Amino acid sequence: MNHEQIKKVFKEVCPSGIDFISLKLIKTKAKLCSVKNSFPHSNKLVMDEGVQIEVLHKGQFSYAATHDVSPQGIKAAVNKAIFLNEHSLKWNLYPFSLKTRPSFELRNKKTSSKDLKTKTTLGEINDVLSLACDVMKKESGIIHCEGHGSLRNIETYYLTTNGSEDLNSKNLLDFSLKAIAKNDNDIQTRTWGNTLQLGPSFFQKDLFKKEAFRVAREAVELTHAPECPTETMDLIILPDQMILQIHESIGHPLELDRILGDERNYAGLSFIKKENFGEYQYGSPKLNITFDPTVETEAASYSLDDTGVKASKEFIIKEGKLLRGLGSLESQERTNLKGVACSRMSSWNRPPIDRMANLNLEPGVATFDSMVSQVKRGIVMATNKSWSIDDYRNKFQFGCEYAQLIEDGRTTKIVKNPNYRGITTPFWHNLKEVGDAKSREIFGTAYCGKGEPNQAIEVGHASPACLFENIEVFGGA
Amino acid sequence: MENYFKKETFYNIGQDLFKNLEKDEDLTIALSGEETNYVRFNGAKVRQSLNVIQGDFIMTLNSKNKTASLRVGFADCKEEGQYERNLNRLKDGLKELRVETSTLPEDPYLVPTENHGHYEKEHVGSLPSTNKLMENILGANQEIDLVGVYSGGRLLRANLNSKGQKQWFSTINFLVDFSLYDKNHNAVKEQYGGANWNQEAFSQQIKLAKKQLELMAKPKIKVPRGHYKTYFGPAAVHEILGMMSWGAVSGSSWKKGESALGQLADGTKKLSPKFSLQENFELGLCPPFNERGEISKEKLSIISNGNLETFLISSKTAQEYNLEDNGASQYEGLRSPSILPGDLKEEDILKSIGTGLYLSNLHYLNWSDQRGGRMTGMTRFACFWVENGELVAPIEDLRFDESLYKFFGENLIDLTQFTETFPETGSYQNKGIGGSKVPGMIVKDFAFTL
Repeated sequence: MNHEQIKKVFKEVCPSGIDFISLKLIKTKAKLCSVKNSFPHSNKLVMDEGVQIEVLHKGQFSYAATHDVSPQGIKAAVNKAIFLNEHSLKWNLYPFSLKTRPSFELRNKKTSSKDLKTKTTLGEINDVLSLACDVMKKESGIIHCEGHGSLRNIETYYLTTNGSEDLNSKNLLDFSLKAIAKNDNDIQTRTWGNTLQLGPSFFQKDLFKKEAFRVAREAVELTHAPECPTETMDLIILPDQMILQIHESIGHPLELDRILGDERNYAGLSFIKKENFGEYQYGSPKLNITFDPTVETEAASYSLDDTGVKASKEFIIKEGKLLRGLGSLESQERTNLKGVACSRMSSWNRPPIDRMANLNLEPGVATFDSMVSQVKRGIVMATNKSWSIDDYRNKFQFGCEYAQLIEDGRTTKIVKNPNYRGITTPFWHNLKEVGDAKSREIFGTAYCGKGEPNQAIEVGHASPACLFENIEVFGGA
Repeated sequence: MENYFKKETFYNIGQDLFKNLEKDEDLTIALSGEETNYVRFNGAKVRQSLNVIQGDFIMTLNSKNKTASLRVGFADCKEEGQYERNLNRLKDGLKELRVETSTLPEDPYLVPTENHGHYEKEHVGSLPSTNKLMENILGANQEIDLVGVYSGGRLLRANLNSKGQKQWFSTINFLVDFSLYDKNHNAVKEQYGGANWNQEAFSQQIKLAKKQLELMAKPKIKVPRGHYKTYFGPAAVHEILGMMSWGAVSGSSWKKGESALGQLADGTKKLSPKFSLQENFELGLCPPFNERGEISKEKLSIISNGNLETFLISSKTAQEYNLEDNGASQYEGLRSPSILPGDLKEEDILKSIGTGLYLSNLHYLNWSDQRGGRMTGMTRFACFWVENGELVAPIEDLRFDESLYKFFGENLIDLTQFTETFPETGSYQNKGIGGSKVPGMIVKDFAFTL
């Protein structure tokens, strides 16, 4: 069915007397390619199409989602969502108002992200990854190498009974390279990867060859490196590890649905309480965190969230002080706190919940060299390898792939198996310097997990390198 | 349940698709389908409810030493003409798959399409009707802070190929995965699941959880970092076992030098003779066949009395490294694992701890040194300090960082005689299938680091 036909069916099957009903038709086309030691390993196409019906009636939300996108399938889904709603009303958690589903202006249906129509074949992606593997294999000591690349195009058609209509489309690119090196009994891994809103033109042979060479060389370097020392020292974290630090110890604890307890049985709660917003000193005055859905290539950029709320850049933490939470209109209504446009769903088969989207650490003024020069005894860490944090988002332990010691203001030897641990608030209070815009990089992941039923969704984090004082650092087994 | 995915439709549409194959082509079709109701609750009230009808139809084409697959959304509704429309979509998909496959180089490790045989099993069950569901879960529990999710419905996995393979597994089951909280944020976690809803059994489970929560009423003790004798309840062992599927038992991980069991394989480290791990499809929680229709042994010993018997080896890994496959999934993770029980009686657990920790659950585990077999994670829910064989008080959350070669090795004192079964709770992309059966265990000198 085309959109006009769907609109007609939706009109016909939505009964009067229900406060609000919406339909989302989500079409995903994807190409996923994986190469191992230069040979094709796995090649997949995706052609998925499903409908979600959302009902908000008498303050209660209920949903029905189906792969059956026929008129009868849509009608059945509307009836099921209404049926679930009827049987949920008695057990209503919070009487949500219709303000949580604002109407929005009809947008130009032709609006779409650049590079939408992908003609790139699996074979072309395979060729780039295979070439990268060839480069990695050439490095003496490499025992295994692999590459992954995927392109997803997701188109969402959104209709509501309050007269709103939207069509949007985005491209998501996800890729990685991995080199494993061996020297005597030691084996080390180095990777490069990212998730961004970009199209197939990213798969440039020269770029992948360059990064493949670096990744392989650094993996080999690590197999000759001493163990990371165990001591308390200053730590410079590079952007590809800052993504994880921001995500786990700022993003998740500030999600209002966690603070409201919706996630207590799964992802957990938060050490932040409702009364902390506007008051709590989260970190040092150098800490500035924004929710920013406007960065063009960042993984979770959008103009409307999945409930039709206009998305804009907002300060979440300014000069270390906590200002607002990561909460949808539903969470804002329940808490009477300020939030952001972050109601998102992983696909047509899961309801929207509070997600962090793009959460960025704003650049400071320090150059990377000036940060290093301030450190008498410290370490620079890059690229996340291991992550774990408690259900209140306090005690964390993170591991990285690659590290370099700092001695008397200069970077010196490479060390392997670097890890660090800390507690969220004291850790962010130990933020001494924030790198300048030159050291800022944009990273993302497609696998932020949360929710019951579970939802994995893309998030983005942009950050410069940052210097932290007195951090507990340690090495491998 | 309305039975959206019928065996006959799947078999027929498969046969009709095979008619479109060209010379030197083989096609494998896997279907993963569900009709599930989810009810998410918080404070014994409903936050969101959801009905999902989802069918993932995956075609894998082997053609001229090249291979690729295509996933298409699929639901065989009752509307007139739907069969033809679905068939035409799948035929179009096959054409696109053929074109894309032709752009790839030859795969020297291609897994040939073979007939792995016929398998059919349909488990029946009795779920609460949707109009009684919320009353059944929440009705008698309005005075407690109950949070979690109900999921219930029909799940299926099926497989066909152009060599004549035909497999079908369907099951009807439910799970209430829940926690109870008190006013001081103390919490206990439980599961009530099965194929036939029994209101009395669910009420009993809630009653037990409430009793356990009462034990947490005392102020929490802050236990300093250090090494302690520690008891892990079956739910905590189940969490640890989950890590084994993440780069430990995989044959591919082993050959790449990444496996956490690599040192066991090369003989540089040992595990306790008390520790045995197997894949056990006799549990009936999931089918023994994988995405290609390859069928695993009903019981596959992975570690027996501390000795490594085998890694999980998929047919692809077998091709790549010249090994024999054992019906593992492409991901080479555990689908229905059992850890064999030991000799520790339930009534002797506290006495056996003496002074130390009693942990019911763990949270957010990850490898801190994968090749060294060291993992980190947090305590969560009902965890207690024990002194002289008595529960003293609940503890503040602790972080651990310890090697499996210690806690499944030299420091493993014993495993419990009793075991518990944990159905798969994962529902990323679609509702998971499978589960595990594990005992509790007691370990000496377990390292807590923060």
